[in-house]
Amino acid sequence: MLNVGKIEEGFVLDHIKAGQSLSLYHHLQLDTRDCTVAMIMNAKSDKMGKKDILKVECDINDLNLDVLAVIDRNITVNVIKDGEIIQKKELTLPQEIKRVFKCKNPRCITSIEQELPHIFFLSDETKGLYRCKYCEEKFDMRSLERVKIS
Amino acid sequence: MRHLMNPLDFTVEELEKLFDLANDMEKNPDRYANVCHGKKLATCFYEPSTRTRLSFESAMLNLGGSVLGFSSADSSSAAKGESVSDTIRVISCYADICAMRHPKEGAPMVAAERSKIPVINAGDGGHQHPTQTLTDLLTIRSLKGKLGGFTIGLCGDLKFGRTVHSLIEALARYDDVNFIFISPEELKVPDYITQMLKNKNIGYEEVISLDEVIGRLDLLYMTRVQRERFFNEEDYIRLKDFYILTKEKMKAAREDMLVLHPLPRVNEISVEIDDDPRAAYFKQVQYGVYVRMALIYTLLGLEQGGDKAC
Repeated sequence: MLNVGKIEEGFVLDHIKAGQSLSLYHHLQLDTRDCTVAMIMNAKSDKMGKKDILKVECDINDLNLDVLAVIDRNITVNVIKDGEIIQKKELTLPQEIKRVFKCKNPRCITSIEQELPHIFFLSDETKGLYRCKYCEEKFDMRSLERVKIS
Repeated sequence: MRHLMNPLDFTVEELEKLFDLANDMEKNPDRYANVCHGKKLATCFYEPSTRTRLSFESAMLNLGGSVLGFSSADSSSAAKGESVSDTIRVISCYADICAMRHPKEGAPMVAAERSKIPVINAGDGGHQHPTQTLTDLLTIRSLKGKLGGFTIGLCGDLKFGRTVHSLIEALARYDDVNFIFISPEELKVPDYITQMLKNKNIGYEEVISLDEVIGRLDLLYMTRVQRERFFNEEDYIRLKDFYILTKEKMKAAREDMLVLHPLPRVNEISVEIDDDPRAAYFKQVQYGVYVRMALIYTLLGLEQGGDKAC
């Protein structure tokens, strides 16, 4: 059994579909942040058979987790402070997603206007589809690129 | 401050008020001949559209105001790489209201977010063209006396035509409107529109033959098959002449049926119909000016006697 130590402050993302933690690492842009990350892959799970777990040591106010619900609503988010779980977050699709994904409609004004935030509004909760605020095209967010953090 | 981005931005009640005002302007042009004296309309057209731009300019001149602007991106600072956000901040210092056409979808909304003056979307790519929809609604209301209680046939390119989609969404807010969609299989109205009608329990039919249904229509809205929407020239050529409204076809239509078209037409309406009293497409152009007059007046807050107070 592999043991990974406790974190003092940050998030433990549990019940990630096995093999998906690396893509979540990129979606959360953890490579651009000053935080320690432990990635546990293929851990045994009663519920899922196999699962991944991500432990992220960081300021809990400094990480936007909106992207998680869009990628997989079954992920459990444990919020850690002073080494203890202070909250278990249920993931729900946010009504608005701002500066996370890029609209891919080449006719959209976001494709040319500098510094314009890419904003999407939830349009179809069942299918998890969002509409771009400006061109109103509908997208599955998973098909879109992330906005680069500068 | 209020802008117009989408034809559904105004409630049905607000539209009634706007159309009443437009009709009053039609009947009493002298009363409104100087109401915008000292006010300036900026027409910011990043792509050419002579009819829409001239309609806006004519509307402002009818109200006694002045106009300034540009009619292509090449003749604006966009050619130097200026953003829409910066351009509208500058235009806000020069004019009291702005009508913007832009090839990129959502550009007028970006302008509205940064603007100190009301912005009217005068067409943003294939997205919205709200003043065309308001023109269509005013024409129908003025010539039929009401919005609702009729059967409207929409004919031609129902797939790519944003004018048609906006008109359907706008008419779906009124009571007892029946839609008949007349198009070839390849140019059928998109699913999201038919789904919206189903959700609202609004009746519609989809047919291919115009002859089959023309006798049942109170209104016939013709559209042009646009070359620029096709990737394949062959498909365009095959479909462009699918419907041509002729004198012969009009024989089967009711005596009070109106023919509408957002113009420009190519050959989908034969010129021999132009003198038919049922041909309302040139009247529609005139109503386009009245509705833009009412819109400028309203967005400038002149009804309240205010300045940009709407």
